[in-house]
Amino acid sequence: MADSGVTEGPDKKEEIDRAKSEGKELTKEEKQRLRKEKKQQKKNKEKKDDKASQESEKEKKPLSSPPPASQPPPQSTTQKAPSAVPAPAPVSVPASEAPVPADKPAKSKAELKAERRARQEAERASKQGKKGETGQQAATSKQKAPPNELQPVVKRLPEHIQVDNPDVLKKLAKKLERQQIPLRMDYGYKVSLFSHLHQYSRKAPLTQQVSIPSTVIHPAVVRLGLQYSQGIVTGSNARSVALLHAFKQVIRDYTTPPNEELSRDLVNKLKPYISFLNQCRPLSASMGNAIKYIKKEISNIPSQCKEEEAKSKLLNCIECYINEKIILAAKAIAKSAIEKISDGDVILIYGCSSLVNHILCEAFEKSRKFRVIVVDSRPRLEGREALRRLVQKGISCTYVLISAVSYVLPEVSKVFLGAHALLANGYVMSRVGTSQIALVAKAFNVPVLVCCETYKFCERVQTDSFVSNELDDPDDLIVTRKGKTHLKDWQEVPSLGLLNLVYDVTPPDFVDLVITDLGLGMIPCTSVPVVLRVKNVDQ
Amino acid sequence: PEDELVEYFRDQMRKDPDMASAVAAIRTLLEFLKRDKGETILGLRESLTSATTCLTGVDSSVAVSSGGELFLRFISLTSLEHQDLSRCKKVMEERGELFLEKISMSRAKVAKLCHTFIKDGAKILTHSYSRVVLRVLEKAAGEKKRFSVYVTESQPDAAGRQMAEALRKLNVPVTVVLDAAVGYVLEKVDLVIVGAEGVVESGGIINKIGTYQLALCSKAHNKPFYVVAESFKFVRLYPLNQQDVPDKFKYKADTLKTVENFSEEHPVIDYTPPSLITLLFTDLGVLTPSAVSDELIKLYL
Repeated sequence: MADSGVTEGPDKKEEIDRAKSEGKELTKEEKQRLRKEKKQQKKNKEKKDDKASQESEKEKKPLSSPPPASQPPPQSTTQKAPSAVPAPAPVSVPASEAPVPADKPAKSKAELKAERRARQEAERASKQGKKGETGQQAATSKQKAPPNELQPVVKRLPEHIQVDNPDVLKKLAKKLERQQIPLRMDYGYKVSLFSHLHQYSRKAPLTQQVSIPSTVIHPAVVRLGLQYSQGIVTGSNARSVALLHAFKQVIRDYTTPPNEELSRDLVNKLKPYISFLNQCRPLSASMGNAIKYIKKEISNIPSQCKEEEAKSKLLNCIECYINEKIILAAKAIAKSAIEKISDGDVILIYGCSSLVNHILCEAFEKSRKFRVIVVDSRPRLEGREALRRLVQKGISCTYVLISAVSYVLPEVSKVFLGAHALLANGYVMSRVGTSQIALVAKAFNVPVLVCCETYKFCERVQTDSFVSNELDDPDDLIVTRKGKTHLKDWQEVPSLGLLNLVYDVTPPDFVDLVITDLGLGMIPCTSVPVVLRVKNVDQ
Repeated sequence: PEDELVEYFRDQMRKDPDMASAVAAIRTLLEFLKRDKGETILGLRESLTSATTCLTGVDSSVAVSSGGELFLRFISLTSLEHQDLSRCKKVMEERGELFLEKISMSRAKVAKLCHTFIKDGAKILTHSYSRVVLRVLEKAAGEKKRFSVYVTESQPDAAGRQMAEALRKLNVPVTVVLDAAVGYVLEKVDLVIVGAEGVVESGGIINKIGTYQLALCSKAHNKPFYVVAESFKFVRLYPLNQQDVPDKFKYKADTLKTVENFSEEHPVIDYTPPSLITLLFTDLGVLTPSAVSDELIKLYL
């Protein structure tokens, strides 16, 4: 869409979709522009004035390419300028300028800029006079105001939850093409409620499409991608640690090309890796925070730093991060959590959380007398791994499936849950089934404790499990019992969809306590935004 | 020095019966700081901690331990970079005086915030004897508001009668009700105000036994349940249920020392979870239960 010569149709639709997603603010303006487009298709020149008056509000944008007031043709050429800016340039730019078939030859950019600036000044002057009549126009202008100013309020929707939007997919395909990463195709019929998410098949890993040896993607990252997509490395802590180790290898093998600065070039080198890993398996919140940290560290490397020194510094940073945020945090959390485990307790856990397992093992070593009930669910059956680890330590365990949870809860004294991420509105994002357990525990008045390191706290806000989730391979749900595989041909039944969700979101009313590190110990679920605020201030 | 400490503490309590036990404790600690002849800052801190423990042996309420801890944090919050120990001590003493001054104003601040929630003609239900609630009702009566009060008798020490006496002196119409009659009387009242011995991290409170029942009934009747407490009562505890409250707070100090088997003893306090509390009035402002953790993080971090 940032390309020149774009037709109005798809552009308009994108704009309208975006408007719809942004809350119908632009309906009036949308209608206006639609009408405008239709007229424009018939007559060009007469509409220049029309558009001019309407474009005039949009003039206010101090963007790189504000639409000039009177002449539509330069608009399209100036559109070429923003197309030079990388794809994630504000979508509103091309949308706001009524796209006109480019019929002017390219002027030099400087001339165009000068023209634009002159027109802007004239515009502003006339604007001052016109203030009275810009009732509705002011409203629309505010809505279409510079994305720079409105950036914090008007956010672009992330790509991975807009899979049913063909334009977004086109953009993604172009971006991946530029980074030379193969695009992974979605697989199978998607249930309509979740058709906005990707659904990949494990039998078609992205690594099969990557040529060996790959020049763009580092082999450590290729291996990591395979491990993610095949489910060899699972669990948010394990994935983050694996990611950081892979990046350490990348940094070790990195050499700064001539005439480039390490701080900028390394960050650019990491971008295709991150896209690749995202294609293999969507990034988790903890991985996102880790990547943000690494990018910050890299860009903070002073330019006069020698390459060897810079590399060792970065490797050190990553080591520190893993040590502080994951290993030491686990120790601190275990220390606080052990206070809550008393003798004679019956503790219920769900799935396999490395942190919860660590806490229980530590408590057992400190000779607390308790027994554990492990709840498990298909298709991942992660509880078996937790069971194996606990039984090895000698803890007495019971194993049930999630359908038996209300049967078993009357004898439970506490529920310990792990988390994938803690959202800014206090909701807990965790493995699917967690909110179920929290709900039933609340009904039985059993306290629910969530254990989560602070590096998993994220700024996102989510109130339901639909808007942003992960769809795993639907073929995982197929099971063979007594020689019969009933769902083998599910693809042939047109009305049948298999849904294999990975995450769900638990509201803070069901969680009694969050145990975390950073010296905070035990906090209520509603204090997560406070921690985020304090952390940001510290950093 | 331990006996001196205890003597001084009891003395303070006797001198001003209206003062909260935590304030008396803090005064004692300040005096202890002034008289301390330690050589190192670390030693000073340790001796202050042991002094606090000693005082909790006299009066086992939550407020004494939380007040002592907060005092220690407040005075050590400055940069103690001076070379001379005596100068450091002087700084700490000054901060101690400042802290004491701040908290002696806290009851007045709370009363100022809360009395506006008592409307003319209101019927208030309260529990046991709380000096903060008394102060609030005093202020409301001073504003020429007409209200009547129901007080629970609050066994085992019948402290509710003491409260009723104090209210009669203010010319407020007061009725003493049995602890068992709380559900019966709740349909007549408009709001419930209680004090607190301690405010925990979750936003819940620790108060005289019977408060939890009162809160449950008010929730069932949809009546607002207000808590008035000074900020030095904020404590870094997080009980999950009644059993989770540490034993050292549940029983009176003398009981803790003499009795071996607690299953025979009746606890004197209970824990009210934050879901049953509407608002908390503190000298830091009017807070919802979830904001208590916010304040605690600020106080302790």
